[in-house]
Order: sequence, then structure tokens, then C-alpha cells
Amino acid sequence: MAEKELVISKIKEGTVIDHINAGKALLVLRILGIGPGSKETVSMVMNVPSEKMGKKDIVKVEGKFIGEEELNKIALIAPKATINLIKDYDIQKKFKVTLPEMIEGILSCPNRNCITNSREPIIPRFYVFVENDRVVAKCYYCGRKIKDVDKYIV
Amino acid sequence: MARFRHLISIDDLSKDDIVYILDKAEEFEEIARGKKSNILDGKILANLFFEPSTRTRMSFEVAMKRLGGDVLNMTAQEASSIAKGETLADTIRVVSKYADAIVIRHPLEGSARLAAEFSEVPVINAGDGAGQHPTQTLLDLYTIRKESRLEGLKIALLGDLKYSRTVHSLIKALTLFNAKIYLISPESLRLPEEFLEELEGDIEIANLEDVIGEIDVLYVTRIQKERFPDEEEYRKVAGSYKITPKILKDAKEDLIIMHPLPRVDEIDPAVDRTKHAKYFDQAFYGVPVRMAILTEVMVD
Ligand SMILES: Nc1ncnc2c1ncn2[C@@H]1O[C@H](COP(=O)(O)OP(=O)(O)OP(=O)(O)O)[C@@H](O)[C@H]1O
Ligand SMILES: [Mg+2]
Ligand SMILES: [Zn+2]
Repeated sequence: MAEKELVISKIKEGTVIDHINAGKALLVLRILGIGPGSKETVSMVMNVPSEKMGKKDIVKVEGKFIGEEELNKIALIAPKATINLIKDYDIQKKFKVTLPEMIEGILSCPNRNCITNSREPIIPRFYVFVENDRVVAKCYYCGRKIKDVDKYIV
Repeated sequence: MARFRHLISIDDLSKDDIVYILDKAEEFEEIARGKKSNILDGKILANLFFEPSTRTRMSFEVAMKRLGGDVLNMTAQEASSIAKGETLADTIRVVSKYADAIVIRHPLEGSARLAAEFSEVPVINAGDGAGQHPTQTLLDLYTIRKESRLEGLKIALLGDLKYSRTVHSLIKALTLFNAKIYLISPESLRLPEEFLEELEGDIEIANLEDVIGEIDVLYVTRIQKERFPDEEEYRKVAGSYKITPKILKDAKEDLIIMHPLPRVDEIDPAVDRTKHAKYFDQAFYGVPVRMAILTEVMVD
């Protein structure tokens, strides 16, 4: 199974994020702050057939062990993601992301009248939780609920 | 130990906290009526009203002064120039060095929560945009308990249920006391579905004529002209939600009518002379309730 799944070449060291909801790989990178300016080598496969999920995305970041707290943030959009930390081509550690209770600085509040959207020295902060099988966020400051979190990732 | 350091949202209080504040407010009624006190002697309250307010600002001021404390008021002009030049965070950092507590009203939602983060002293939210106004909710509950009953209550909320923050907070708090709640409003001003979804309680949309004979409290709110496309539409709707002595003839003997004030046309002045009218008492109860809160956060 693993053999068949290895669409891109093996990495020696780094972080593999597996079981990302199909189509969300780019958002995962955005949440992790990885983009054109980053120095890491990143590979990504989208819409890989998966037994568990139908289709999924996979992201591999070479030469970097991303911290668990950082990785848990992606549960916001990819609640089933599995993290594989690779060392010497082998999986050292594997875990599932867990949704944090509070998330800072990833979402922006859709309420235009919210204090977080004015010129104040604060980082937007949201409570996150699962409701009717969906991840929702609630602004710590104004209480506005976000049901479609994808749209408000900065 | 104080039950809370800041008072930002009614949602931050448990039912037990609410009952505690109402009980405490009872003890302040005499002082609110003029009996001398010096419980807050030497304490200074900063009233930061970035939006106009008369009743709320004055009742905080009265509460503070009758308890022997003093008040710093910011003028409307100062408020607007501060709002232009300085962040709210900085204003709060400075003012919290001058005062022992801060009362804030601000047009942006979440502003009081932010103020609490940057303040060295307790912050009391007196309205943050369309957000929260917890002392209003507490004084509403106090009035209901005092003039009617909180347990087993049947209440109808009438008017603008869509935009009124007073109504939203009150409904939430009333569900803690298992009240039967009737919602009476024009179609376009109904309680938002999203808000209703989150509530667990006995809540029903109704007509006033159908429930007037069974309710203990009729809570009336203002229907604002700005919410309607044209003047004629507004008059039609507002007219059909006006409380008159005629509507009240089928009411229970001990029905009370409440209103957060200011009222415009929604209650006929002839109703003021009936035993049902409690809105002016309600305004007074704001004083002992705010005394209970001020002492809670300033006296240890
Ligand atoms: N050295 C490596 N370099 C790059 N990717 C790797 C490496 N080793 C494993 N992976 C990838 O990590 C993921 C997990 O690998 P594993 O061998 O544990 O598969 P699995 O048994 O299907 O695990 P799971 O139950 O998590 O789906 C797969 O997507 C695999 O392609
Ligand atoms: Mg697999
Ligand atoms: Zn917000």
C-alpha cells in the first residue's frame, strides 16, 4: 500500500502530511506559512485516490520537522490529517492532528464591525470546535461564528 | 474574592453568578434611593462613552456617586478625537492608570473584550456595537424578579427582535431560568435563525392577542425607522405593534410591561397610568444593579 502511494520520491528527512481533504493542500501550506518565500523544498500531490477518503492530498516538507502545535492548526481544514515525521527515509513518528481549542492569527473575522478589523495591536483569535461534523470558529472578541472557515483564512 | 474581574458579556456569567448579583443589588436599593454610603470612598470610575448614551452613563455615575466614589467623564468631543488619533488599546492603557475601574461603550463589537486585555483595572461593558450590554440584561432580570417572577416565567418580547442586542442577551439569560418565551415581531424583524439555533429553551413565535391573557411580562422594544425601506411601511408596521390600554384589557392583573427606553411611539402614554407600566421603575433598578457590579469589581 505504502509503495503504491509513494507518488513522489522518498525524502530523507522532514514532515509528511497525509490524509488531507482533497483540494486543501494549498490551504494547508498557507496555514503553515509556507509559500514562495520559504526555503524548504515542498512537494504536493492532489487528488490521490484513497481507500479511507475517496480522494486526498499529501504535502511533504523536506528538511523540516514542523512543531506539533503548528501542525494541529491544520485540523481547522483537514481534520483527518496524519503527520509522519521522517528520519533516514523511515517514519519516526506518526500522529493524527487534533483540533486546538483556540486558534490565533489564521482566520480573519468576517464581521466588519469587529474590533479585530480595526487598527488595534491584537491578533485575531477564535474558539474552534466541531458542530454537525463541521469545524466552526467563533471570534473571541465579537462572538461571530464562522461556518465556512476556508473562506476566512488569511 | 470577586466573582469576576471584568464584566464583558452576560455569557461569561453562570446562573449562580446572576442570582448572586441580583441578591446583592437588593441590598443596594436603599442607597440607590438616597441613603448615605461611603463604600466606594476614594475610588474613581472612568466613564468612556465613545457613543452617546444618557441613561446608562448617568446611572453608572449616580451609582458611583451615591456610594461615595467619583467619576471621570469623557466628552463626546474628546471621544471622537481620541478615536481618530489613538488606538483603543492605548487609550485604555492610559486611562487605567488614572481610574479604579472603566465603563466603556464603543461602536465596535469586541471592543470591551479588547479593553479588558489592555486594562490594569476592571472593565465593565456598557455596550459594544451590536454586541453585548450585560448590565442592561442584569437590570432587566432584576426588574422581572422584583416586579414579577423569574422562575416559571411567561414572557413576550415584542418589536425589533432582529437587531436589538438587549433582546438577544435577555433571551439567552431567560433560558437559564427556564422561561416560556413568546416572540412577537414584524416578519422582517424576526429573531435571526442562526441565533435561535443556538438556544435551548421554550421559545415560540406568537401573536400578541393570542398570548396577552397568559403572559407575566411584556417586554417592548423600539422599532427603528431606519430598518424600513420607506416611511409609509414603517408607520404601518410600527402602528400595528403599539401598546394601548385597549390591547391590555385581556391582560392578567399582574402583567408588567417593560421597555429599555427611550421609547418613541411604541407604548401609548395612557399606558403609563396603568398598574402594568414598570419601565420607569426598570430604569431606576439600573442603579442598584450597577452598584452591585461596581462594588463587586472594586471592593475586595
Ligand atoms: N521517506 C519518505 N519520504 C516521503 N514520504 C514518505 C516516506 N515514508 C513514508 N512516506 C509517506 O508517508 C505516508 C505514510 O506512510 P505509511 O507507510 O505509514 O503508509 P500507510 O501504512 O498507508 O499509513 P497510514 O495508515 O497513515 O495511511 C504515505 O503517504 C507515504 O507515501
Ligand atoms: Mg495510507
Ligand atoms: Zn470578530
